[in-house]
This record gives sequence, C-alpha cells and structure tokens, in this order.
Amino acid sequence: MAATGEALTPQGYIQHHLTNLAVGEGFWTWHIDSLLFSVGLGVLFLWIFRSVGKKATTGVPGKLQCFVEMIVEFVDNSVKETFHGRNTLIAPLALTIFVWVFMMNFMDMVPVDWLPHTAALLGVPYLKVVPTTDLNITLSLALGVFALIIYYSIKVKGVSGFVKELTLQPFNHWAMIPVNLLLETVTLIAKPISLALRLFGNLYAGELIFILIALMYGANWLIASLGVTLQLGWLIFHILVITLQAFIFMMLTIVYLSMAHEDH
Amino acid sequence: MNINATLIGQTVAFFIFVWFCMKYVWPPLMNAIEERQKRIADGLANADRAAKDLELAQAKATEQLKEAKATANEIIESANKRKAQIVEEAKAEADAERARIIAQGKAEIEAERNRVKEELRKQVATLALVGAEKILERSIDQAAHSDIVEKLVAEI
Repeated sequence: MAATGEALTPQGYIQHHLTNLAVGEGFWTWHIDSLLFSVGLGVLFLWIFRSVGKKATTGVPGKLQCFVEMIVEFVDNSVKETFHGRNTLIAPLALTIFVWVFMMNFMDMVPVDWLPHTAALLGVPYLKVVPTTDLNITLSLALGVFALIIYYSIKVKGVSGFVKELTLQPFNHWAMIPVNLLLETVTLIAKPISLALRLFGNLYAGELIFILIALMYGANWLIASLGVTLQLGWLIFHILVITLQAFIFMMLTIVYLSMAHEDH
Repeated sequence: MNINATLIGQTVAFFIFVWFCMKYVWPPLMNAIEERQKRIADGLANADRAAKDLELAQAKATEQLKEAKATANEIIESANKRKAQIVEEAKAEADAERARIIAQGKAEIEAERNRVKEELRKQVATLALVGAEKILERSIDQAAHSDIVEKLVAEI
C-alpha cells in the first residue's frame, strides 16, 4: 500500500492515505484526485438526473424516476419551507449541493484501501478518494455559496442597502459604525468558513477513523476481528453522518441565501 | 492542508454544475412532477364529481320510481272508479230498460183491454139491440117505432 519512499509503518500508512495526488508547485498545485472524483461525481449526478429529466413521464413513473423525483421534491420542499422569495436559482442550487456533496461524502463508504491500492497497482502513487476530505473542495463550495450571498445581497438591497446592513446593525447609531462593521463582517465571513470547515472536519475525521480501523487489520486476528466489528459500526453510523452533512450544507445554503434576500 | 489551485478548479466546476442543473435538470423534472400532480388532482376531482353524479342519479332514479308507483296507483284507482261507474251505468240502464219494457207491456195490455172493452160494448149494444128488437118485434108496430130505433141505432 505504501508508495515509494514511505515505509510501511502506521504513520506512513496514515500519511499516505491523507496525501493527495498533486501536480504543480506552491499555490498552483492541483489535487488531481479531488478534482477528478468531485467533477466525475458531479457529472454522474447531472447525467443521471438529466437523463431522467429528459425521459420524465407525467404518467406512471419508473423506479429511477421515482427515486429522482423523491430527491427533487424533498429538496423543493426544504427550499419552499425556508426560502419565500421568488428565485429560480435556489432550488437547483440546493439540489446540486445536496446530491453532489452526498455523493462525494459517499466515497467514504468505499473501503479505504480499495481505490488507492488499485491505483497503486496501476502506478499512481497517491489517491485520496473522498473529495470532501480535501479542504480545497469544501471551501470552494462554500466560497461559491458566499459569492451568491454577496451577489443576491447587492442585487436585492442594492449596494447602499448592503453597506447599510453591514454598518448600521445591530446598533443603529453612527458612532457604532466601526463596531457594527466588525461584527457584521465577522458574521458574513463566518458563513463560508463554517460551511467549509464543518463539512471538511466531519468527513476528514470520519475518514481518519476508517483509516485507523483499517490499521487494526495489520495486527493479530483478535484485533483484526474487532476491527471488522468497529468498521461495520462506524460505517453504519457514518451513513447518517454523510447524509446529515450533505443536508446541513444544503439547508444552510438556503438559509444564508434567504437571509441575503431579506430586506431589513 | 494547504489551500491551492484546486480551489479555483472546484469553484469553476461548482458554478458550471449549478448552472447546468438550473438550466437542464431542474425544469424538466419539476415540470414532470407538477404535471403529474395536476393530473392526480384532476383525477381526484373527477372521481369526486363522478361520485356526486352517481348519488344524484340514484336520487333521481328513486324519485322516478316513486313517481311511477304513484302513477300506477292512480291509474288503478281511476280504473276501479271507472269500473264502478260502468257497472252503475249498466245497472241504471238495465233498470230503465226494465221500466220501459214494463211500461210498454202495461200500455199494450191497456190498449188490448180498451180494444176488448170496445168490442164488448159493441157486442153488448148489438146484443141489446137484438134483444130489444126481439122484444119490440112482438109488441110494437115497426113503422111507428122505427124512428126510435133509428135514433137508438144512431146513438150507439
């Protein structure tokens, strides 16, 4: 499992699993595996949903169409409950985030060694298969949402309205403008940061526990059998976590955008 | 965990995916769902309407049945009445006929009696005359009493 230059020690094993397949130098480093898996899963999601959408019948739907419609309706209801404005972007955005994040999280369900080991056999030194354990991925999703927050804040309230919101709240007095600005800026910046770190933290920790459990297979049979039980338990629990994290990311996106649409 | 260019790539992918989803994925799915919801709602409404129609039709049928029964009863009743009337009329006619026949018989009897009476009277007169003639033949002169006899004859 260990690539060239890394000894087969627990530290080396963990380190190997947490290293991205990267090209480039400094800032211009590209995490090929994260990009590949995230874009691949995104395309898979869009392809499945698009093909179902193209063939969608208004009569008796097939099982796949039912499944897709269940997800779409679930997202649509969540959006309708939280967001009361008229915006055709929010619902598709929420759907994209929910399904995409869920699929990226779901890569965590694949046993930790399968894909990296296969890749190693094919001569690829590193492979990190869960894109959401890469901070770049979660942060870029969060920044995308953040950009939309800024865009809609300005679009709905105008530049002056947005500035007023940043400066005249929560204390509506001119002398308090610096305090307000500080508070509101922190609040604003906290939104994408918390979005990104929450998802990243949960999935990174989950992945790490899977890796630690996988380490147990290297010990004697008693510990290994314990590892099987642990892995199963953690896997079942993790199904909840990945779904919940995808849902939370979606809900918070809706809530933030709905706040951006509110005029105070 | 260093932030690097992956961020840029992923952000671009994110916006492309969201745009694609908004443009090509969401509308057909939502249309299908809404269309089906409408059809189901219409179907339910139709079912409701059909049930109401059925109820109405049943009520109407019951009503008509009742009416038909009433009409039948009326017809039977009027038929009964008519029957009684016909019987009554026939009875009356028969009575009248009987009375007429009786009256006719009586009249005929009366006429016969009168005729017989007349005949009898004539015969009695003749007899009386003959008797008187016989009596007078012996006692009176025919010439002297002929005027009386003639008078008598004229009287009869």
